Amino acid sequence: MKVLLVGNPNVGKSVIFSRLTGLNVISSNYPGTSIDYTKGYFNIQGERAELIDVPGIYSLEPTCKTEEIAVKLIKNGDVFINIIDSTNLERGLNLALQLIQYKKPLLIVLNLFDETRRLGVSIDIKKIEQILGVPCVATCALTGEGIKELKSKIGDATISEYVFDYSQRWNEIGKIINEVQEIKYHSPKITEKLRDATIRPITGIPILILVLLLTFALIRFIGEGLIGAVFEPFFEKAWSPLILRLSELLGQSGFFHDLLIGKLVGGDIDYGESFGLLTTGLFIPLGAVLPYVFAFYTVLAVLEDSGYLPRVAVMVDNITRKAGMNGTAIIPMLLGFGCNVPGALATRLLKSRKEKFIAATLMSITVPCMALQAMLFGLLGPYGIKGLGIVFGTLIIVWFILGLFLNKIIKGPSREIFVDIPPYRIPYLRGLAKKIWMRLRWFIKEAVPFMLLGVLIANLLYSLGIMQFFSGITAPVFNHLLDLPPDAVGAMIMGFLRKDLAVGMLIPLNMSLKQLIVASVVLSMYFPCVATFAVLLKELGLVDMLKSTLIMILVALITGSVLNAALTLTGL
Amino acid sequence: MMIALTNMPVGKKGIIKDIDGGYGITHNLDVMGIHTGIEVTKVSKQWMRGPVTIRIGNNEIALGYGMATRIMVELI
Ligand SMILES: Nc1nc2c(ncn2[C@@H]2O[C@H](COP(=O)(O)OP(=O)(O)OP(=O)(O)O)[C@@H](O)[C@H]2O)c(=O)[nH]1
Ligand SMILES: [Mg+2]
Repeated sequence: MKVLLVGNPNVGKSVIFSRLTGLNVISSNYPGTSIDYTKGYFNIQGERAELIDVPGIYSLEPTCKTEEIAVKLIKNGDVFINIIDSTNLERGLNLALQLIQYKKPLLIVLNLFDETRRLGVSIDIKKIEQILGVPCVATCALTGEGIKELKSKIGDATISEYVFDYSQRWNEIGKIINEVQEIKYHSPKITEKLRDATIRPITGIPILILVLLLTFALIRFIGEGLIGAVFEPFFEKAWSPLILRLSELLGQSGFFHDLLIGKLVGGDIDYGESFGLLTTGLFIPLGAVLPYVFAFYTVLAVLEDSGYLPRVAVMVDNITRKAGMNGTAIIPMLLGFGCNVPGALATRLLKSRKEKFIAATLMSITVPCMALQAMLFGLLGPYGIKGLGIVFGTLIIVWFILGLFLNKIIKGPSREIFVDIPPYRIPYLRGLAKKIWMRLRWFIKEAVPFMLLGVLIANLLYSLGIMQFFSGITAPVFNHLLDLPPDAVGAMIMGFLRKDLAVGMLIPLNMSLKQLIVASVVLSMYFPCVATFAVLLKELGLVDMLKSTLIMILVALITGSVLNAALTLTGL
Repeated sequence: MMIALTNMPVGKKGIIKDIDGGYGITHNLDVMGIHTGIEVTKVSKQWMRGPVTIRIGNNEIALGYGMATRIMVELI
């Protein structure tokens, strides 16, 4: 049996799904968090049933790919659990009335019931049951209130016999609401003031700039702090002695020794240069990158769950429109700063081909993932603000120029922004912790194996002389255009697999600041990692992906050469 | 007097009287709860013909300038 969780976007479907199945899915306070469905299993009265978290929809006439996925699922469902935001009955009932027409067993859940109390709204659940002839449960998914009752009532889901004139739907809904809902007066609260202040440009733009600066500062503060206080000491004091012991056991040299531990620098392990599986291979993902990934996802989770992001989308719309995309494009970009893979998936929030193409291309080129950024902080941080400033400044400038350009040359319409602005919600600590943990686990599962594979491959390519061969044939480009040493080619090649590993490979090359900057920029831009590439290939299709890839390589080379020339002229 | 949502002053309330557009536009607005006869408050507008934000009941929705010009309201 297929049970579907159906409802408008951002009503808590994913939280309820997690509660019912015990599986974890990402939920955030903005519409369109789930862009694909998730399947799980649960027991109804001793029987195993399939539960599907359907992406949010406003109506059963699809207007985009995500909605198409949803409608297809709905057509094949056996039982509908219709989740409604109880503070927004009109819209919820509008979908409910459409679902009723499918003549399938239905159960209505009034979620976010805690918020109705705060708003001074009271809803008569019994009356809804009477009118529509289906069971109805009030829940607060966050705290789990009402979930037990929901579980016990799923078996009672019935086909509604309610008849109405479809063209008079809104009148019908108005009548139902008059009967079931009572609004007591409540004085406007501070949250309403905050809502207004953060979306009106005069106050909203300064606040936005402040929030962005604060975000950046917090990420660096937490990341840097964790590395200095916890991660580096751990590797230096606890891990190094173990590895040195192992090194002795292995006789301090030989193929296996070098593969596992790498070269010892002055009789000690240098996590930047040793380049063995157990040294650099573990240190990069777990010692250098993980703290920053944690910092990023902590700050992101707070932003996501507060409900601020859709307001950012509204405020930056004026800018993104110049690049041919509506403001919602800020969400894939922001997620991309964590990891380009979820960023690439979130381009689905943009409904037209043109917007998706531009968003995917701009993100791949100009949005460095946290793993890459963490390594860049390590690589360029010692030179002060100059190195990082030029790298990030270049990325921003390229975003604008390339955005303007792509907007001109890519044909097709862009859709105007049209988005629900959810109320502010105080992020729920357990929800935050769960989300951060899910993303960290995902990062570790992705990063560590790929990193080890990368170190292995790099070692093999070097010992077989293949890397030297590639360096030889690409030397003209790297030498003349970019003024980079031939050895940087190895880093670029491994960058296909993981960018953080690639930066790690730049460290031992003893490059000048100018070379480091150019290499960092080119590395960030020329290609997303394979994982992102695979997602984009699926999202954009082969032809568009090839075009996008061509743009990436060209832009990386052009920017790299121009930057090299400019920095040489200014004498850096 | 009917004016477009874009011309409505921020902070004012009005009733939607007409939506000037084909099926696609009316449908998209309709499913978000934006249809004739309802009361809207204009919450904000952005510079340079940017998006307009409205409040309907407890709900806020941002829509592009072009779409907002098609929504005709009578101030109350
Ligand atoms: N206060 C309160 N917040 C809730 C409740 N249920 C969910 N939320 C919050 O509402 C937001 C939306 O929840 P999601 O589960 O992501 O909503 P969704 O329906 O899956 O949304 P889409 O995937 O975008 O369609 C999250 O920030 C939740 O933490 C509730 O009962 N009470
Ligand atoms: Mg969801």
